[in-house]
Amino acid sequence: MWCYVRAAIFTVMATALLACSGVDDSAKIMPASVNSAAPSVVATPIKHRLAQPDQQMPLMEQVDFAVGRSFFRNPWVEAPSATSARDGLGPLFNAISCASCHVSSARGMAAVEGQSLLHYVVRLSVPGDKGADKAGFIPEPNYGGQLQNQAVGDVLPEGRAIIHYREKIRRLANDESVVLQQPSVALDRLAYGEMVTDVRSSVRLAPVLTGLGLLEAVPEQQLLEWADEGDGNGDGISGRANLVWDIESQQQKIGRFGWKAEQPSVRQQTAGAFHADLGISSGLIKRENCTAIEVTCQQAEHGGMPEISDKLLDHVTFYTANLAVPESGVQQDGGADTGQSLFDTAGCQKCHRPRLHAGESKYPWLSNRTIYPYTDLLLHDMGDELADNRAVFGASGREWRTAPLWGIGVAKKIAPGVGFLHDGRARNVLEAILWHGGEAQQSRVIVEQMTSDERSELLRFVESL
Amino acid sequence: MRCKLIALVMMFYGSIAVAADEQAVAENYADLAHAVFADALITAQQLQTATDALLASPSEQSLQAAKTAWKQARVPYQQSEVFRFGNSVVDDWEGQLNAWPLDEGLIDYVASDYSFELGNEGAQLNIISRTEVNMGGEVIDMSTLTPELLASLNELAGSEANVATGYHAVEFLLWGQDLNGTNAGAGGRSYTDYMAADACTGGNCDRRSDYLRAVTQLLVDDLVYMVNEWAPGKQDNYRSKLLASDSQEVLDIMLFGMGSLALGELAGERLKVSLEANSPEDEHDCFSDNTHNSHFYNAQGIFNVYMGSYTRVNGEQVSGPSIADLVTAKSPETAASVKAAFELTAQRLQIMVDRAESSESAMKYDQMIAEGNAEGNKIIRDSILALVAETRAIEAAARVINVSNLQPDTAGHEF
Repeated sequence: MWCYVRAAIFTVMATALLACSGVDDSAKIMPASVNSAAPSVVATPIKHRLAQPDQQMPLMEQVDFAVGRSFFRNPWVEAPSATSARDGLGPLFNAISCASCHVSSARGMAAVEGQSLLHYVVRLSVPGDKGADKAGFIPEPNYGGQLQNQAVGDVLPEGRAIIHYREKIRRLANDESVVLQQPSVALDRLAYGEMVTDVRSSVRLAPVLTGLGLLEAVPEQQLLEWADEGDGNGDGISGRANLVWDIESQQQKIGRFGWKAEQPSVRQQTAGAFHADLGISSGLIKRENCTAIEVTCQQAEHGGMPEISDKLLDHVTFYTANLAVPESGVQQDGGADTGQSLFDTAGCQKCHRPRLHAGESKYPWLSNRTIYPYTDLLLHDMGDELADNRAVFGASGREWRTAPLWGIGVAKKIAPGVGFLHDGRARNVLEAILWHGGEAQQSRVIVEQMTSDERSELLRFVESL
Repeated sequence: MRCKLIALVMMFYGSIAVAADEQAVAENYADLAHAVFADALITAQQLQTATDALLASPSEQSLQAAKTAWKQARVPYQQSEVFRFGNSVVDDWEGQLNAWPLDEGLIDYVASDYSFELGNEGAQLNIISRTEVNMGGEVIDMSTLTPELLASLNELAGSEANVATGYHAVEFLLWGQDLNGTNAGAGGRSYTDYMAADACTGGNCDRRSDYLRAVTQLLVDDLVYMVNEWAPGKQDNYRSKLLASDSQEVLDIMLFGMGSLALGELAGERLKVSLEANSPEDEHDCFSDNTHNSHFYNAQGIFNVYMGSYTRVNGEQVSGPSIADLVTAKSPETAASVKAAFELTAQRLQIMVDRAESSESAMKYDQMIAEGNAEGNKIIRDSILALVAETRAIEAAARVINVSNLQPDTAGHEF
């Protein structure tokens, strides 16, 4: 019932009041509702909280936002079809719409033991970097860069991925402990022969899409300032930027999106998802995702070329880039929050950088804002336990991009079963923290040694961001 | 910060001065809702009479009469949609009545090139053709088609495209699939789909008749429920709870509902999406080609709430204190420009209606959205622009009467 689940798009704010109080970046005490100097904040029913337009968006553009949402939410169909605007699904694909995995435009649900993965994809590659300068990796010869578990018509799905969990116990101070679940993924029903023996696979949960246009508008220079590749300051943290291939400009740029910061722009990220996840070609990625051996896939009917027009790709990109940041319960820069002090004590803010400044955006209403995403968008070594041993561009198999924390508490209120971290193994924020290793090992130990009251304060703070 | 405090003080002061009027506006709002849902019920009962006549004696005439009754039933219902946004009692209920688009193969036979949501197990179920179905091990007995059974089949197997009930299900049963794409012509179902024995076309005419009977009954039952929720003089219905709350909150809901329907829903989801997709699948009343009227009466409903008046299907006028009155009292200039914005929308949508119903060269909504149809595309674009301007006017009206937060937060309230 597509029409009745949709959220109302109509954000009107107290613009007069904001104009009155002015945009004062230096204010130390600001009410939560106007934190981050005119941020994208919304207060709507919880199920729609992450699917709202940025609050500064002009009305005319909110109509376009509704168009983007329709193409984000509604299913694509097999070609040929009367609904030519939405045909071209597959031949091989993982999902029929963006919203199949990004539930309520939020993060995906954690997979259940022994079940086929639903809101996930499994990325594939083989070691080496010969010819990987534009894709960032060398695809598995028979299956390509991603395992597609569904297909149209006579085309065989490539296979499926089943998740299994093993318990792992973390001891905390005062004889407390937490039982974590360590995932392993088994690939079966492989339809196109054996995979090469040294195949690298990486399970990825659909991430949250909050505030992407704002992150896109942070100048490269600002990210590089924070980078400390050789750990020059000796704090054990050595963030570095992933340099990736930008298809549009045909040059290298800093990656910002995806679990390993492998995409430089929201538009390329969106085109990449249409290509790999839905089997939809675009002006940016013109080919279908069939390998040489997948002949029925190559011969299957196409939905025109490209299958999603530039116009509609722009609409979906617009929607994705403009999803508002939920209202924060934190008084930013207030300094009096116990949870925030604990966050700083543990050194979380060394990577989960609280404050960034968005520069010029192609969406004028997003431009020139101070934002509080709690990320540096840089890569960090996260240790053995989280390593997927699969490199993408400059990101090694142990490195992951710092995940933004804004709005992290909202996802769980929308759907209790959502997963955290790249493979959704963490069922809540505490578990996610307890999986941190590598550069974040020291911070994790500090959290483990906290009293349970302190930990509660810390979690309350993080979940209110 | 200081400015903000002053503004809040002014709001407080202002709200005392006009509190009585605001309560009257809120009550009139509830009266409008009651009248429009009562009309939706009356016209649904007339539709039921017409479909009963069709089933008792199928003919070209009785089918046409049922189609006419369906179109008349849409007139009040589409005007009721403005009450949906902000009033959860309506929003949570309306899916069973007005969900679209639907994978109509769930209900009845479809053409061989029918396209549907891939992986939707219900998309080709054809409930009319079978007495039971096995969904993942659970066997559903469908031997008797009751209103309850049909309601339970909505969103079958988790797909929102599985719509078994409501106006659009009835529409499909009367018109059938529109196989003309963006060319002229609506669905072409024959009355013989309801004939007995050898005269039956499309197969299973008895079960198709049962389906139409049950789905129409459910529509009537659902509307009875909603009329009661808005009826005056009751203790525990939605109306009583709504009117017991602060009248300022009711104003929030009214303005939020108006803006939400005008902007995101009508201008966005219903007009611009179909224009950008150039696809009849995105057309609201796609079987009957009645979409122009649906849009027109949606907009009329928004105007009704602003003006505090509604013309009932019997011609009677319901009218009372309105947001327009509150705005006029504070700023006659704003009131004039807001009214002008509403009138522009009405004019633009009237052009859409006139073009769709032109006796010489009708251009239906599904033709207007065709790629390269410059005239049709322009009619839609002009309507979108008018609705955006209207939304801006609604915001201006809200500011004049000190409604600054059009995001109603109903947390903590039972309604």
